[in-house]
Amino acid sequence: MFGRKRKPDDFSAEIDAHLQLEVERQRELGLSEEEARAAARRVFGNVMHAGEHFYESHRWLWLDHFRQDVRYGVRTLRKSPGFAVIAILTLAIGIGANTTLFSVVNGVLLNPLPYPQPDRLVALYARANEFTKFSISYPNFLDWSRQNHSFSSIAAFRGETFTMTGIGAPERLDADMVSAAFFPLLGVNPIVGRNFEEKEDQLGAARAALISEGLWKRKFGGAADIVGKSIRLDNHLYTITGVIPATFHFQNDNYHSKADVYVPLGQWDNPLFRDRHTGMGMDAVGRLKPGVTLAQANSDMSAVANHLAEVYPDVNKGLGVTLFPLKYNLVGDIQPFLLMLLAAVGFVLLIACANIANLLLARSTSRKREFAIRNALGAGKGRVVLQLMTECVLLALLGGALGTLLAAWGTTAALKVLPDALPRASEIHLDARVLLFTLGASVFAGILFGLVPAFKSARSDLQGTLREGGRGLSGARHRTQSVFVAMEMALAVVLMVAAGLMIRSSIKIWSVDPGFDPSNVVFFSFGSAQSLGATPDAVRQSYRQIHDAIAAVPGVESVSLSGASTPMETDSELPFWLEGEAKPASQADMKPSLFFAVQSDYLKVMRVPLKRGRFLTQADTAGAPVVTVIDERFAKQYFGNQDPIGKRIHLTIVNESAEIVGIVGHQNQWGLDSDSSNSIQAQCFLSLEQMPDALLSAFDRGASGVVRTRNAQTDIAASLSRAMQTVSSDSVVYDVESMNGIISDSLATKRFAMALLGVFAVLAIVLSALGIYGVISYIVGQRTNEIGIRMALGAGRSTVVTMVLRQAGRMAAFGLVAGLLAAAVLGRLMASMLFGVSFYDAFTFSTVSVILLSVALAACWIPARRASHVDPIIALRCE
Amino acid sequence: MSTRADREKLELLQGTLDLLILRTLIFGPRHGQGIARAIQETSDEELLVEHGALYPALQRLEERGWISAKWGTSLNNRKARFYTLTAAGHKQLGKETAKWTRLAKAIGRILGSEPAGG
Repeated sequence: MFGRKRKPDDFSAEIDAHLQLEVERQRELGLSEEEARAAARRVFGNVMHAGEHFYESHRWLWLDHFRQDVRYGVRTLRKSPGFAVIAILTLAIGIGANTTLFSVVNGVLLNPLPYPQPDRLVALYARANEFTKFSISYPNFLDWSRQNHSFSSIAAFRGETFTMTGIGAPERLDADMVSAAFFPLLGVNPIVGRNFEEKEDQLGAARAALISEGLWKRKFGGAADIVGKSIRLDNHLYTITGVIPATFHFQNDNYHSKADVYVPLGQWDNPLFRDRHTGMGMDAVGRLKPGVTLAQANSDMSAVANHLAEVYPDVNKGLGVTLFPLKYNLVGDIQPFLLMLLAAVGFVLLIACANIANLLLARSTSRKREFAIRNALGAGKGRVVLQLMTECVLLALLGGALGTLLAAWGTTAALKVLPDALPRASEIHLDARVLLFTLGASVFAGILFGLVPAFKSARSDLQGTLREGGRGLSGARHRTQSVFVAMEMALAVVLMVAAGLMIRSSIKIWSVDPGFDPSNVVFFSFGSAQSLGATPDAVRQSYRQIHDAIAAVPGVESVSLSGASTPMETDSELPFWLEGEAKPASQADMKPSLFFAVQSDYLKVMRVPLKRGRFLTQADTAGAPVVTVIDERFAKQYFGNQDPIGKRIHLTIVNESAEIVGIVGHQNQWGLDSDSSNSIQAQCFLSLEQMPDALLSAFDRGASGVVRTRNAQTDIAASLSRAMQTVSSDSVVYDVESMNGIISDSLATKRFAMALLGVFAVLAIVLSALGIYGVISYIVGQRTNEIGIRMALGAGRSTVVTMVLRQAGRMAAFGLVAGLLAAAVLGRLMASMLFGVSFYDAFTFSTVSVILLSVALAACWIPARRASHVDPIIALRCE
Repeated sequence: MSTRADREKLELLQGTLDLLILRTLIFGPRHGQGIARAIQETSDEELLVEHGALYPALQRLEERGWISAKWGTSLNNRKARFYTLTAAGHKQLGKETAKWTRLAKAIGRILGSEPAGG
């Protein structure tokens, strides 16, 4: 019958029986009833002790204690609701902020990509000299696929937009052109129908399309017989082969597919696409064969690239291959920011813990009597510590639960604010791992803030306390509290310095001159289902008409269509060589320049200054001599002190050389914070109408443009659409975005980091201010008698105020110095995220010092005043 | 039974109580009070057994499976919990007895007055 638990009742019955038997025996020996009873008890010894022994060997004793402690804890907390509410709220903020940020880190950095065996996926790029992420040309891609030995398959993809007609109003659809291998490689199966087949991924194959689940439901009502139906894109009919599930997301570096429709890449009939010279914005993704490492794949692909360089020396010489693990490619850039933020938010929690520890220390003074009594009644030290810790973990768990609610709200709110700042934003949820983290963080926090106060309480001197009646000074406790406050201050200083540096960086970034005036400039794209003209000349004609139609819109000041680069939005590079030089043997040996294909009003729209000569005019059209305008950096880099005007350059896409007719200011192309660090600085402009016919065919269904309005216009998109429709009835205007918006989006990551750091720094300073306020108030309360005596002896109010503030100032100063030292050491870690300021920026450090000291002194002003108003009589009478 | 007499009795060595309990039960089931009395009587009242101290030992032995317990009726018609030696208890008793005898001999030898026939 072991295993079955004995009930305490059963045990006491046994003891009773024993005593009874003994009494009877003693009576038999001739004792009276009373004497026998006494004798039985005597020989038995301590009945209570035997009972306790039984009870304590009960296997679930600790659970019993735990239950007792929890009950006791709840009761204690309920008795001091003020303390409980403050502690729980502080913790909820600390834990909630940590949970929110961890859910971001979890979704973005920790979770694997949502494909089978995601760690085998690799992003592929072409590499030319220091440019590691070049677009791959399709012929090279096909050779890479055929000649490599490392990948079970590689698939190419590029973004495209189509105008869909025939179902309701014309609509611009985001599309992906993908290799047939694309979906199988990522392990995606259509929910209806089938993936593309190899034979559909060929030039001249019948047009086929896969559509997104969203489009299927929106435009086809989720019809089960969708396969075989057709969809009209850019006025061609595509047969639908299947539906891609809505759960599918694809992102690669800065490419975030929002495609509603997918078409086989190999069908694309643009002649430039099959030109080995030209990368048409196409990237690739590959799946490594089992057992092949990234290093092996790298050397394999180098061999492939070297072989191609031998076969096509004029194009492929110097052209390599870059491989990145797909996940790293996606989140590598944001990782340091997120880890920094996670550390920062951890600091906030530490500060919150220090605050609560101080509250507990203060409370433990008033609970001293309680502990002493419990101790006197036989509670061991371990038991008291355990009981206090239970109370703390209970608090922390309540705080954590509330924090989780805050985090659920915070995560949603954060995602709404920063959709562009983060890759994989759609994968951020409060999942099991996040909740586990929260639980862990809560328990850890509870132990952290509970441990020191618990041990301090348990160590209290029993007799002294009982005699003192629970009052009296406890200098050691002051010291611990002061250390905690100094620590909080130090952590707050580190956060404030970090936030300050980010803010200073942002100010520096925003004060960078972009080289153009972005205010009231709107960028837009337009597309048409049909070609804008049957012949290249007709297309040129349409461009002029579109220009005039948009220019006539009320409120529009000037407009220029644009076919290649747009500052901070699209990049198009063009290799060239100077006239008088021998034509370089390969493209890699040519000089690179950014290339803008624009109309004559471009300078007016962007307010780029003309430095010398003239800009492009309407006379620079097909048939007229080809001219180009270069920017200052182009002039300086390639002509030095020579006068470039009148010189000629050979551009690879134009058959004849172009004469340089003017020099304009440099536009910031690569983003305010990184323009000067990019290796392509030179910029040249060509007239859109002087584009060779072959290139024009790439833009015959649409292009982009920039338009300057007289003042900020809200409905410019609709106006542009209407203007476009007058030229081409089934055209669409899309991607309308203010130039200021484009600039701020390019800084989204930095702004995101700055905003969060700012929030954390404010939280930190508020919590520290509360912390120092609490401790100083407490100390003033404890020193009331002493202050009373001092005042009775003639100390003035200002003396008392100074005395209190000096004590506060000492704590703050210790914290400040420690914090500044820590910031100087830790700042190094964020050096790469800064712009225009060093991590030991004196201005930031001194501003933070002033703020911290002011806040600390302000927080202590109230208790200091209270101290100075102590009535000596009352204070002394209390003694 | 004066307290003086009690003081002269021998305190039990650590661990010997278990052995004595097992030994006592060899003659059949007994309740707690009976065990206490039996130990005292068979040792000619030499050993001091605080009855209360018996119970932790009984509990321990029961947990280890060396004795089992059952409620029953005593000779004078009282309900009591009776303990019985199990098979495992018998084995354990043998082991413990041998160990104890060796220990007693060894200590006797050191003290220089080996009990005759011990």
